[in-house]
Amino acid sequence: MSTLEFTEREETFRLEARDWLAANNPGRLPSMDTAEGAAAHREWERTLASGRWSVVAWPEAYGGRDASLTEWVIFEEEYYLAGAPTRISQNGISLLAPIIFGHGTEAQKERYLRDMTDGTLVWAQAWSEPEAGSDLASLRATATRVDGGWRLNGQKTWSSRAPFADRGFGLFRSDPAAERHRGLTYFLFDLSADGVAVRPIDQLDGTPGFAEIFFDDVFVSDDDVLGGVGDGWKVAMSTAGNERGLSLRSPGRFCAAAERLVELYREEGLDKLDHRGSKVVDAWIGAEAYRLYTWGTVTHVEAGGSVGAEGSINKLWWSDLDLSLHETALDLLGADAELEGPWLDDYLFSLSGPIYAGTNQIQRNIVAERVLELPRGSQKGGAQ
Amino acid sequence: MRFGRTPEQHAFSEALDDLLTAADVVSASRAWSAGDHSPGLKLWQRLAELGVTGLLVPEDQDGLGASPVDLAVAFERLGYHGVPGPWIESVAVAPALLAGTSDSDILQRLASGEALVSVAHASRALDADVAERTYALNDRVGLTAPDSAGPPPSGSGGSTSASPALVEPGERQRAGVETNTAPSAILRHAVVGAQRRSVDPTRRLFDVTPGEEVAGGDAGPALDLGTLACSAMLHGAGLRLLDDSVAYVKQRTQFGRPIGEFQAVKHLLADVRVALDFAAPLVHNAAVELETEAPTAARSVSAAKVAAGDAAYLASRTALQVHGAIGYTREFDLSLWILKVRALVGAWGTPTEHRARILESLVEAR
Ligand SMILES: Cc1cc2nc3c(=O)[nH]c(=O)nc-3n(C[C@H](O)[C@H](O)[C@H](O)COP(=O)(O)OP(=O)(O)OC[C@H]3O[C@@H](n4cnc5c(N)ncnc54)[C@H](O)[C@@H]3O)c2cc1C
Repeated sequence: MSTLEFTEREETFRLEARDWLAANNPGRLPSMDTAEGAAAHREWERTLASGRWSVVAWPEAYGGRDASLTEWVIFEEEYYLAGAPTRISQNGISLLAPIIFGHGTEAQKERYLRDMTDGTLVWAQAWSEPEAGSDLASLRATATRVDGGWRLNGQKTWSSRAPFADRGFGLFRSDPAAERHRGLTYFLFDLSADGVAVRPIDQLDGTPGFAEIFFDDVFVSDDDVLGGVGDGWKVAMSTAGNERGLSLRSPGRFCAAAERLVELYREEGLDKLDHRGSKVVDAWIGAEAYRLYTWGTVTHVEAGGSVGAEGSINKLWWSDLDLSLHETALDLLGADAELEGPWLDDYLFSLSGPIYAGTNQIQRNIVAERVLELPRGSQKGGAQ
Repeated sequence: MRFGRTPEQHAFSEALDDLLTAADVVSASRAWSAGDHSPGLKLWQRLAELGVTGLLVPEDQDGLGASPVDLAVAFERLGYHGVPGPWIESVAVAPALLAGTSDSDILQRLASGEALVSVAHASRALDADVAERTYALNDRVGLTAPDSAGPPPSGSGGSTSASPALVEPGERQRAGVETNTAPSAILRHAVVGAQRRSVDPTRRLFDVTPGEEVAGGDAGPALDLGTLACSAMLHGAGLRLLDDSVAYVKQRTQFGRPIGEFQAVKHLLADVRVALDFAAPLVHNAAVELETEAPTAARSVSAAKVAAGDAAYLASRTALQVHGAIGYTREFDLSLWILKVRALVGAWGTPTEHRARILESLVEAR
């Protein structure tokens, strides 16, 4: 788009990505939450890595291209406009890797980073527990000191990808005596270790998109403590921002979906502005606003700024946008909307947006208290 | 890649803020509503000294020859402080509309702030009683109401000169797509008639009858600049409504605590913040696209108007809600912004008209 001027280097990068995707993109794959789909998605990760498009913003030493933030967003725009598959490696690449880069030991970087870039290791995020959702710091799963490491006990739940993943990362209470945020430690663990049981749970779309994980005296060595003992909360919160902010929801997905929505509107033979047309326009405006807002954020970050509680503003926007965009698509499809198909799949997924990555009520609390600086009062906002 | 305001634009915004915070804009607004223009005109003069009135006037006519982005920066602040007067008409629309016409003689005096101008476009003329000249356009160019496939309003012929060729709606439907069409709407002097009451008492509206012809040409860019200015003003008004609401809920107590502690109140205000934050880049982008004459500029202007209007309207409804009954009074200054937003949402193209323009562009662009 002409409004944002890119350097020659950036334009070259865009074209290179576009050409590569045009030649290699497999299009929509079966759901990654099935055995067959998971295998196909891992294969796609391998292909991406072979072209060095798996983690463009990472250092070259770990399979990346040392790309700038701008280039990363450019890549994401091209990726989704090409209609390439969603990424099974997302938890690892977007949520765990930034922490390993920031807080991990050299040995952890060596052990884990490369294997998450090509689908060899797929990760599951194990934060939520049956009793600890919005109030994550109330979690109860424990880590007890033993010789050379720790024993994990307890239960995690709603862990995305866990049914077909290899490893998990999550928080455990390592010091029951400490204050609730203080006594937590961040662990990496093997989902096939002795004492781990994964029970898949079917989501609204009928696939086992997440799972419960039970820990029965699971041994984890000291090598798999990420960040300091007792520093789990601090470390974890640095990924929560990632999840809500740029990393998981790049604007490309919504721009591409908005384009498809306009296309659907046209295919349905509609061109006048009725109430459905208005909703199509609003979805397009919403995606356009998100794209431009993101470029503003990128400009801010590249100038040395950071994204704090504004990540919550972001999350509220993309989750509402995703949902209304897909509701509009179903409205256009009329009676056929109930039939299985890509719009319905994406709609069902969009329904979870206001819940995961911290519910939208919690995000509104964060915006009100940390951005608008309203008084906290007695109702705790919660930080997840 | 860089997307956002320059340090100079930030500094300009702050300078305007300083001036307007120190000036008693509320009193000037209230006087303006009552027909006493003098405090408002004094303010006009002071803003002229900062360059606001000459932003779009070319340098060889003593203007600043500034960009639409600078215009948006200024109008956001005018909206934030609720400054009364025909700002959009005189500062955003007139320079582009009158350039190259026999009436361009007024531009120098517009730049210096000596002259005010009003323009009626498919509606009434704002503040014609203070305007030195009032113009009428026989159509809101490029905007079509849904299902209005009928012929354009009266007016035909016109010159083929570069500006301002007024193009009939059907021909400009494909915003972003080049149109080499004959002009059909005309810029005329207006004969000013009866005064009407606006929901916003500072907006003094007058009926007009089209008089002597001034020019034909493409008025689209001029009107898009007006729409951009209106969007920026709406965004600014929304920011003010949010700021005032946040300040109020921290200080007003009920049940022994500030109402800002109640989650029901917090969530309303958080939603306003989200809406305003996502309208801002659309307004900025529309300004950039007008500056660079991007082929999608008209569509982006419409997107800015819809989003800024929706966000400001949400801000006004929420402000009223969290203030309770005090917000429902004229006495309380909040009413100035609540009423202004309602008026501006419908001015310079209604949300429906702008959505229709976007939709046409999207559907036909492929
Ligand atoms: C598709 C999907 C994928 C997920 N993937 C993962 C994953 O990979 N790993 C993982 O660890 N977790 C995952 N989650 C879990 C998710 O993080 C939690 O669902 C979320 O944090 C909310 O917790 P909860 O479900 O226990 O709801 P609760 O915390 O019980 O909340 C229920 C309702 O009460 C509201 N509420 C609670 N407290 C407050 C408050 N203080 N103020 C206002 N409202 C409040 C909530 O907003 C919500 O509406 C996933 C969830 C979904 C839907």
